[in-house]
Amino acid sequence: MRVEVDVPKCVASGQCVMIAPDVFDQRDEDGMVVLLDEKPGAELHDDVRESAMICPAAAIRVVEEA
Amino acid sequence: MTETLAETTPHSDEPIPAYPMPRASGCPFDPPPAAQALHDELPVAKVRMWDGSTPWLVTRYGDGRALLADPRVSSQSTLPGFPHPNAGFRENAERRRSFIAMDDPEHARIRRMVTAPFAIKRVEALRPSIQKITDELIDGMLAGPNSADLVSALALPLPSLVICTLLGVPYEDHEFFQEKSSLMINRYSSAEDMIGASDALTDYLDELIGVKLAEPADDMLSELATRVGSGELTRREAASMGVLLLIAGHETTANMIALGTVALLENPDQLAVLRETDDPKVVAKAVEELLRYLTIVHNGRGRVALEDIEVGDATIRAGDGIIIYTGTGNRDPELFPEPDRLDIGRDARRHMAFGFGVHQCLGQPLARVELQVVYGTLYRRIPTLRLATGAGQLPYKHDGLVYGVYELPVTWDA
Repeated sequence: MRVEVDVPKCVASGQCVMIAPDVFDQRDEDGMVVLLDEKPGAELHDDVRESAMICPAAAIRVVEEA
Repeated sequence: MTETLAETTPHSDEPIPAYPMPRASGCPFDPPPAAQALHDELPVAKVRMWDGSTPWLVTRYGDGRALLADPRVSSQSTLPGFPHPNAGFRENAERRRSFIAMDDPEHARIRRMVTAPFAIKRVEALRPSIQKITDELIDGMLAGPNSADLVSALALPLPSLVICTLLGVPYEDHEFFQEKSSLMINRYSSAEDMIGASDALTDYLDELIGVKLAEPADDMLSELATRVGSGELTRREAASMGVLLLIAGHETTANMIALGTVALLENPDQLAVLRETDDPKVVAKAVEELLRYLTIVHNGRGRVALEDIEVGDATIRAGDGIIIYTGTGNRDPELFPEPDRLDIGRDARRHMAFGFGVHQCLGQPLARVELQVVYGTLYRRIPTLRLATGAGQLPYKHDGLVYGVYELPVTWDA
C-alpha cells in the first residue's frame, strides 16, 4: 500500500490523525495534513483505508500495490 | 388526454410535503416519519418551505454524502434558490457573510485562518482543563440539593466556558450571548429578532476585536485581530467569524450533552456500559454513536446547485435549492445495522452528524473531547442520575435549527 495526501484539499477535520496517528499528523500552523508514513505496515492498512473513506475532503488517496 | 398526464413526473400527483417535518410524539430521538418515508420511497423529493419555495430534500446517506462533496453544489446563501430556514436568515445572508456561506477557494482561504486551534494535538492539550471544568460543575451539582437542571448546571456552561477561553470572550457575558444565540438559531424567530440578535452579537465581537487589537492575548480573537491589522480580513469579517465560532462552539455541544443524557437514561443498558468503564476507547465509540443516533443539526444542510446534477432518478437543475437531511442518512441500515437502536458498541464513525465535504464541522475535534469528558465522567460520578420527569414531558427543541432540550430536570440519590 502507498498513501498520498493532497494538502490543498485538506480541511483539517483531524479524523485521519485520530484513526491512524502513526500515518497522519497535522501542521502546527493550520492543521493541514502531514503524511508521516507513505508505506505503512500491513497492520495499519485497515485504519488507513478507513481514514481515506472518512476524510470529508477526499484528501487521502490509497494506492493498493500487489 | 391520458398521454399528457403520463408525461408528468412520478409522484407529481401527490402534494409537495411541507418542510421542516414534525417528529412523531413519543419518538423524540427518531427522524420525522415523513422524512423517513421519503428516505424509503422517494429519496430525492421536492419539499415546500415557509416562503413557498420548493428545494429538493435529499434523505439517503450516499446521495447526501456525494452532494456535500460535489463542487457543483454551492454553499453561497446569497444565490437565488438557496433554501433559507426563515426570513431572518434570508435577509441576513447579504448582511453578515461568514465562510460557511462561501465556496472554495474563498472559503478555504478564510477557514484556514481558524483551523490551527482545532488540530487534534491542540485540542488534546485542552483535555485536562475540560476535565477540570466538568469536575467543578459536577461538584457544584453535588453540593446542592439532589436535583438540578442539567442544561444550566452542566450542558451549557461547560462548552460555553471552553469556547470563551479559546476565543478570548469574557464568560461573565454569557447570559447576553446565550440569549442572542438562541434567537439566531430558532426556526420561528421573526426577521427583526434574528437580525437584531445577529447585529448585537456582531457589534459585541467587533468591540472585543478592538480590545484585542490594542491588547493582544493568547486567544483566537487576538489572532483574528492580527489578521485585521495586516489587512487579510476586515474588522467586520473578523467579528462575523467570532460570532460563528461562539455560537457553534457552545450551542451544539450543549445540546449533545443534554440530549445524549436523555437518550442514555432511556437506554439503561447502554448507560450502564459507560458508567462501568474507564476505557477511553469505549467512551470515544459511544460519542460517535450518540452523534449518529441524535444528529442534532436537524434542519438539514442547505445548498444550491450550480449545474444540472443527476441524483438517482431525479435531475436537480442548476439554480435549484437542495437540503441534505442527514438525520435519515445516519439511520441507513446498510451502514448501521438496526439503525434505530442506540448501540454504543457499534462502529458509527462514518456518520455525517458533522456534515461532509469541505464545510464539515471545524470544531469537531473539540466537540469530541468535550463529549468524551462529559459522557466519561457524569454517569460515573452520579451513578443514580435519573430524569425528574418523564422523557415524554421534556421541552424538546422542535423549534430549533439544532435539536436538543431546553431544560433537563434530573435527580439522584442524596
